[in-house]
Amino acid sequence: MYQYLNEFFFGVFPYIAGSVFILGSLVRFDKSQYTWRTGSSQMLSNDRKFLIGNNLFHIGVIALFFGHLFGLLTPTAVYTSLGMSTGAKQLIAIIAGGIFGLICLAGIAILAHRRTTDPRVRRTGSRMDMFILYLLFAQLLTGLLTIPVSTGHLDGEVMLQITAWAQSLVTFRPDAASHILDIHWIYKLHMFLGMIMFLIFPFTRLVHIWSVPLGYAFRAYQIVRRRPVV
Amino acid sequence: MKVRAQIGKVLNLDKCIGCHTCSVTCKNVWTSREGMEYAWFNNVESKPGIGYPKDWENQDRWNGGWSMKGGKLQPKAGGKWRLLAKIFANPDLPGIDDYYEPFNYDYQRLHNAADSKHQPVAKPFSALTGRPMDKIEWGPNWEEILGGEFEKRSKDYNFQNIQKEMYGQFENTFLMYLPRLCEHCLNPTCVASCPSGAIYKREEDGIVLIDQDKCRGWRMCISGCPYKKIYYNWQAGKSEKCTFCFPRIEVGQPTVCSETCVGRIRYLGVILYDADRIKEAASSASEQDLYEEQLKVFLDPNDPEVLAAARKEGIPEDWLEAAQRSPVYKMAMDWKVAFPLHPEYRTLPMVWYIPPLSPIQSAADAGVLETDGLIPKVENLRIPVKYLANMLTAGDERPVIHALERMLAMRHFKRSQTVDGTPNHQVLEQVGLDEETVEDMYQIMAIANYEHRFDIPTAKRELSLEDPYGERSGCGFSFGDGCHTTSGGTTRTDIFGGKPSRRRGFPARVEFRTGSNDKAEES
Repeated sequence: MYQYLNEFFFGVFPYIAGSVFILGSLVRFDKSQYTWRTGSSQMLSNDRKFLIGNNLFHIGVIALFFGHLFGLLTPTAVYTSLGMSTGAKQLIAIIAGGIFGLICLAGIAILAHRRTTDPRVRRTGSRMDMFILYLLFAQLLTGLLTIPVSTGHLDGEVMLQITAWAQSLVTFRPDAASHILDIHWIYKLHMFLGMIMFLIFPFTRLVHIWSVPLGYAFRAYQIVRRRPVV
Repeated sequence: MKVRAQIGKVLNLDKCIGCHTCSVTCKNVWTSREGMEYAWFNNVESKPGIGYPKDWENQDRWNGGWSMKGGKLQPKAGGKWRLLAKIFANPDLPGIDDYYEPFNYDYQRLHNAADSKHQPVAKPFSALTGRPMDKIEWGPNWEEILGGEFEKRSKDYNFQNIQKEMYGQFENTFLMYLPRLCEHCLNPTCVASCPSGAIYKREEDGIVLIDQDKCRGWRMCISGCPYKKIYYNWQAGKSEKCTFCFPRIEVGQPTVCSETCVGRIRYLGVILYDADRIKEAASSASEQDLYEEQLKVFLDPNDPEVLAAARKEGIPEDWLEAAQRSPVYKMAMDWKVAFPLHPEYRTLPMVWYIPPLSPIQSAADAGVLETDGLIPKVENLRIPVKYLANMLTAGDERPVIHALERMLAMRHFKRSQTVDGTPNHQVLEQVGLDEETVEDMYQIMAIANYEHRFDIPTAKRELSLEDPYGERSGCGFSFGDGCHTTSGGTTRTDIFGGKPSRRRGFPARVEFRTGSNDKAEES
């Protein structure tokens, strides 16, 4: 039974979540672009606390995202050929993840407090805004809770198991879930919440992540639209 | 030379009576929706005062508009990377309290209050939280007709370099109205600071619009616009702004604010301008040169060279004819009586203002008028010229004095003509006008008939490649979400989390329920 559940949640579910994530985003962008926005509530409650909190949260979460992306998907051969041992990589992951995790935690604590207690933000926000914030909060806490577990085994073995899982998933190998059958439950909880995040992504304000406006830095200041004429 | 056309606008402050009809009709048409209750695409401010949102003219505080940095023109808030670095939390963003917390009144209570000794009152409640508000701290037009203490109103930015204390005294006080809307600038900072590239200027008529589909709610435009005329719709999470009533302009009708102006102070007409000169003009070294520089961007619609270049750009013939008749061009260029609002922001605004005349300050005291030849000295007007100059010409008094003198001369001449029966041409010579020009000024500025105020050529839909058949059975006008708009003009919920518009029935709270089980619902 445990094996079956493991297979479902870490072998099948990731593809369900991933499909909803990609297709859902595409459909929403195509069908309902008017709802595609950051959903900022800054102007309703615009104090110094928000300024600090939101910056901390975003800096932390962006660093964590790219940390996970490279950490999970860089093939082992690449960093070992650069002379880095798995143990060293794990240590970097723990330290960098810990630091940015704490930065993000400070930020999200401020934001969660604000969204929960500020009547303007609370009343004008949607239930989904609240849900996604607390989901991120939970995700961050489970992520930070993996650190004490990880420090119990600094050889990088568990990390290898998890990267093997992630890399099997993205290369569509059928044995992905078997790599992580026996890892600590806190990792699994963290991974499961992560997949939930992908699953609900298209239905939340998170879609603004797709729209990172880096193109702005390279465009001309003024935009003039010409209508098509005969 | 790259010729473009724009429907420009002039507001004759000399005739504004501060009735707010423009604001109210605009609000009814455009912003009577959840999320936009606090927003006034058009508002009328009593000056001197800090305005709406509070202190909007103070760019040291809001960082709106442009500045010259190392000889280069860039938004005052910083270059592109600097702006992106502020994207998580915009430190220059006004909060809702800088506008005011939108509210409504519980009118039902007047009907259903229980029997009591005292008259029931309609309590105010917040449109944001639905909670009752004990005290309304600020509202639209809070300073109406010099409401509030002079001490607070005197924070007005236009008092720069003025010994303002004396204007707090009853005998010296002065008042003017300033109706404000989006300036549809030639060099808009909102466009320049939009990270998504959602804001654009229309080539054919110069109207600046926000593409509601492309707006992502990064909210940089709100602080970028020095006039604070972009508003964040907290219900939709999108920025919105004055649309210059483009659906009306396209069919040749004036904007709602202009159409309904009872003082007949608003003028709409075509201005031809040279798009190649915009950057140079906006980059002029001295702030006081910006007014003159903008005049140089405008093109003479009677110059054959300009007309040829305009035809090459595909500007239709009736637009060129309208440009030649344009009341806006006449007031800005021929008569030099209209000025841009705060040219020092370097946005090259396209809604211009004729400064108001005011009663003669010293007449009552002295019994005799100090005159400058035949007309009273403008320095004796109740509104300090410096104040007007700070508002309209970055502090340069000469053009403002020139305009006020011309207006005084026009009055003097028409009085001598119609009352005395002996037209006084000398007064015209003094300000460099001839009788023909003054008669034209009189027709347009004083009589201000509808057809003289508005000269709007239609958009050439027949020249557009857009297929009108594709628009059959469409949703008509919507707020950018196609058919997903409810009748209330808010976004309907869908599975992708568009927020439901709350039914803002009030009272929602038990303590306001009185006896009956009927929920007081506001429709």
